[in-house]
Amino acid sequence: MSAEPHVTRSPKSWDEIKTTTCYMCACRCGIKVYLKDGRVSYIEGNRDHPVNKGVICGKGSSGIKQHYSPARLAKPLLRVGERGKGAFKEIEWDEALTLATSWLSEVRRTDPKRLAFFTGRDQSQGLTGWWATQFGTPNYAAHGGFCSVNMAAAGLYTFGGAFWEFGEPDWKHTKYFMLFGVAEDHGSNPIKMGLGKLKERGAKFVSVNPIRTGYSAIADEWVGIRPGTDGLFVGALIHELLAAQKIDGEYLTRFTNAPWLVVEKPGTAEHGLLARDRDGNTLVWDAATRAPASALSPTATPALMGRFTLKDGRRVATSFTLLAERFLGDDWKPEAVADRCGVPAASIKRIAAELARVAFDEAITLDVPWTDHLGRRHDKMVGRPVSMHGMRGISAHSNGFHTCRMIHILQILLGTIDVPGGYRYKAPYPKPIPPGIKPTGKPGQVKPNTALPGPPLGFVTAPEDLLIDEHGAPQRLDKAFSWDAPMSAHGLMHMVITNAGLRDPYGIDVLFMYMANMSWNSAMNVPDTLKYLTAKDEKTGDYVIPRIIYADSYQSEMVYYADLVLPDTTYLERWDCISLLDRPISEPDGPADSIRQPVVEPDRDVRPFQTVLLDLGARLGLNGMVKEDGSPRYPGGYADYIVNHERTPGVGPLAGFRGADGKAEGKGAPNPDQLKRYIEHGCHWFHELPEHMKYYKHVNRDYLDWAVGFGFLGKADPIIFQLYSEPFQKFRLAAEGHGSIVPPTEHRARIRDHFDPLPFWYAPFEGEMVKAEDFPLHAVTQRPMAMYHSWGSQNDWLRQILGRNWLYMARETAAAKGIADGDWVTVTSHHGQIRAQARLMDGVEPGTVWTWNAIGKRSGAWALDADAPEAKQGFLLNHLISELLPERGGGYRYSNSDPVTGQAAWYDLKVRIERAADQSGEADPQFPTLTGIGRTA
Amino acid sequence: MTTLPDTTRPGQKKLGLVIDLDTCVGCQACATSCKEWNTQGYSAPLNDWDARGADHSGSWLNRIHGYEVKEKGQAQSRIVNFPRSCLHCETPACVTVCPTGASYKRAEDGIVLVNPDMCIGCKLCSWACPYGAREYDEVQGVMKKCTLCVDRIYNENFLPEDRIPACVRACPTGARHFGDLGDPASAVSQLVAARGGFALLPEMDYKPVNRYLPPRPRRDATTLAPEALPRGDGSAMDRLFQWADGLLAGHAGTAPAARKVSRVAAIKRRVKSAVAAVKSKSRGKK
Repeated sequence: MSAEPHVTRSPKSWDEIKTTTCYMCACRCGIKVYLKDGRVSYIEGNRDHPVNKGVICGKGSSGIKQHYSPARLAKPLLRVGERGKGAFKEIEWDEALTLATSWLSEVRRTDPKRLAFFTGRDQSQGLTGWWATQFGTPNYAAHGGFCSVNMAAAGLYTFGGAFWEFGEPDWKHTKYFMLFGVAEDHGSNPIKMGLGKLKERGAKFVSVNPIRTGYSAIADEWVGIRPGTDGLFVGALIHELLAAQKIDGEYLTRFTNAPWLVVEKPGTAEHGLLARDRDGNTLVWDAATRAPASALSPTATPALMGRFTLKDGRRVATSFTLLAERFLGDDWKPEAVADRCGVPAASIKRIAAELARVAFDEAITLDVPWTDHLGRRHDKMVGRPVSMHGMRGISAHSNGFHTCRMIHILQILLGTIDVPGGYRYKAPYPKPIPPGIKPTGKPGQVKPNTALPGPPLGFVTAPEDLLIDEHGAPQRLDKAFSWDAPMSAHGLMHMVITNAGLRDPYGIDVLFMYMANMSWNSAMNVPDTLKYLTAKDEKTGDYVIPRIIYADSYQSEMVYYADLVLPDTTYLERWDCISLLDRPISEPDGPADSIRQPVVEPDRDVRPFQTVLLDLGARLGLNGMVKEDGSPRYPGGYADYIVNHERTPGVGPLAGFRGADGKAEGKGAPNPDQLKRYIEHGCHWFHELPEHMKYYKHVNRDYLDWAVGFGFLGKADPIIFQLYSEPFQKFRLAAEGHGSIVPPTEHRARIRDHFDPLPFWYAPFEGEMVKAEDFPLHAVTQRPMAMYHSWGSQNDWLRQILGRNWLYMARETAAAKGIADGDWVTVTSHHGQIRAQARLMDGVEPGTVWTWNAIGKRSGAWALDADAPEAKQGFLLNHLISELLPERGGGYRYSNSDPVTGQAAWYDLKVRIERAADQSGEADPQFPTLTGIGRTA
Repeated sequence: MTTLPDTTRPGQKKLGLVIDLDTCVGCQACATSCKEWNTQGYSAPLNDWDARGADHSGSWLNRIHGYEVKEKGQAQSRIVNFPRSCLHCETPACVTVCPTGASYKRAEDGIVLVNPDMCIGCKLCSWACPYGAREYDEVQGVMKKCTLCVDRIYNENFLPEDRIPACVRACPTGARHFGDLGDPASAVSQLVAARGGFALLPEMDYKPVNRYLPPRPRRDATTLAPEALPRGDGSAMDRLFQWADGLLAGHAGTAPAARKVSRVAAIKRRVKSAVAAVKSKSRGKK
């Protein structure tokens, strides 16, 4: 044995380990960064962190290659030639900020809405939204409108929470988990960890997805549904459960508006509204007294079903009666939907039976007494161990809002929201339905040199809340909160460049974007987007979009279309806060937040964007960003803001270690040592709720009281689920001509049809507007598990795993077209044509083709060689997707979005595929190679 | 030709991995965390070449392959993610074929290692390995392979729970397990026994130590008997009405019946909640 060489048992290959937060996707896991000789040498998951508990994913482990990417920007750039040609000169920061200030101050002095400020995968929306408010432009949003606003809005308008970071399955107790349309990374580690737990316990995992890769690959049952038809499948499940009365009557009666009374007076302005007493309380029918009673009466015995007559003669029905009438209809029978959604009726029936069995026969109880909102004490917490989660595959359709709402209705009928084994809220959710913030930017609210009276984004509940003028015209550039998309809570980022380019509804002076690759993989219709970005006004000779400021860490395709480039740091070089005021990282067991700290100093002339934004705000003299003497309020940049900014007294970006002694949580005076305390605690903070507050939070008196004290809720009112949504009926009434604010005639039918107070299914728009025989196939994208948009696919290691994409299709579909594995094919939509290489597989719904998104790159971008496979074989489906729907009567073109929320309908795409005549060559279209920005060592 | 140590004695430690194909989602966490650790660890460097170009490649000690398999009689295919790395065979051909003694199997724990100082890059070992588990580093000219993170598993600079290979430490689904497969009582051996863990290509008789756990049987239309919720006679709406009426009477419904509220109790509760409301208001004022 002595021949064996000596191997050191305890080598120490690092000098120091620092904690911070990952940014390789949106999970925001805790990480430990190993440093050697001042350089990052290794990154691992932080075991103490509430999000990932030590694990790390393929992206997070490749963070080192993100941090040292040659695609990093190194210095501010000023365009010196024609836009889009890559002619830049390096300038100093002072010149860059002076220039940006001059452009922005001119806009603010004349008409602040002529600044469009949109951010992409921004994890500082608490700051960026506030900055836009103080600037005074309503034209602000982050990327939610083209990501998953349907999912967020459907949840917030139904039960005061939502999928993704607003809640998660009760991984510990759930026995049956349904996953709808989740791309492989969304969410990344929490879902993977959860699936591992389910498998260990033998819980059943059903994946509803046209494609059987990633998470779906390990599902116990794969439901290979046709894209855009999930609503049919879910509606049929609801039908089966109602027909067998396998629903939670007590839960519905006490915690939802199922027994609330709805006025039935067709043709009048109150038809379909909730009946209310003189004090404005909604009503139930008290079966004991045979009279209406306040919906929140602790003594009433509400009737769940029935039609009644109020004293004033009005006929009313419980909202559950209306819901039951809808879903018990024959058109929701499994046999009636099976062909359209591609799921056999027998499977639908069996899954419904499985859901009922697990929810009711395998119910669980926790021996935890709790008190509900009516003061009733419960000895135990009853759990219905069925949980669900959904994401992009539900969201990215023009029927996604109603489909997602239908999934929530299914959860609620089974009594599974925030109960043991079900879906669980994460603080600060649940919130009132919907949250009480209204968008601002109405006529008169946008004034020169003036802040907006409130935030640009919010939740519309009636036509009065819309941002429209007296003619019904949109006030925002993206037409959010207009008749085009009334409940567009996250804006419509996918429409910004098109609308600015077409000056519809108006032109702008400055487009200011952050971390959004809007000239490439984040844009629908890339060819026309590039036209709008470079179009010139014939009269003035200036660009139609006169100034473009862009901030990013990397030389993405968008950088080349900027006039002024503000280089950002990498995620390991800056301060950040993962705030409860923004997109929280809380756990169901309690609120959490975290920070990023700079673990290394930048070796380039770059600045963190958030610090730059505060600097610009100070230079512009924006409220809250300057002191009374005009000096910057946060001279220490973003870190200074994180510690000292207060949104309301005592409430700041971070909830932990507040107050002079650092002991306050939630509310408390700013603590100068707060960041130090976070670092001492591994850069995160978590407050565990006591056992009796961990479930039933929506109606848990102790939780609600605590949430008020913590600043999450204004009042300790119960959050009563809205199966029937009255705000929708208000829009429908407006479309029928009732009220003072009614849609212009041409919008009326669309509003009336889509503002149904109960969820329903309709065919996705693109499929309805093109002929099925011309475009018979659905085309969708997925994100590869190891990549996060364009960032990941430029990473030296990750691109070795996946350096190009293919068009995947079912063997039988390919065979019918004479397409063999590896053949070049043309993919044609109503909007355009691309060339790509096909790969054949079995695990895909035969009417669907798909590819990985954001792998295709423009030649020359991202510091990749011009002939990199990402550019020459990789491709985007984006070129096939129009951001505008085909013309309707009158010539108007709506955006390619959900009519309720404005969610970009990426997955509505319909195509036809042919084997290409020429089997050599490369992907098409190819755009001119980008040059002009060097590599960073 | 390099000789193998005698590892046949009872109680011989056989460190290895158990990889659960039922939970592996193919996320690449084990592949990149492996590369990240080992490029600065025992195997440093794991080079990349033409990293921004068309012919980009690099040396990795662990790669994940995705296979689509259609089992006999199954209408649906199954996608299996298959992580591939050195199996630390008991009688590894890669060692015996090594002309310099650079490849060796440790007597202490059975780990198969390459001593980079002695490796001449002849690649005989990679030809000998039937599992394709060895990778030649083009830049360094040396053969690389999984070390089971020999520089982590005994490393006293780590907490005991972190003395595991980087891939196991990273795996988000918990599909990777590390331990002594020579000890039938170890957690990994028990797992292999419980789940029917198997060795790859046992017929080649290199006696791999690593084990793979097979995917669990699916539970879908292909394996489950048809079932459906009962559907009563007549109108479903009428039956739902009857059920709702039953709820009121407190004897129907799938939920535990609501407790009947007596008049007196109701009044008491109302007073209590009014008091609570006043209390919470006054709390808010403080």
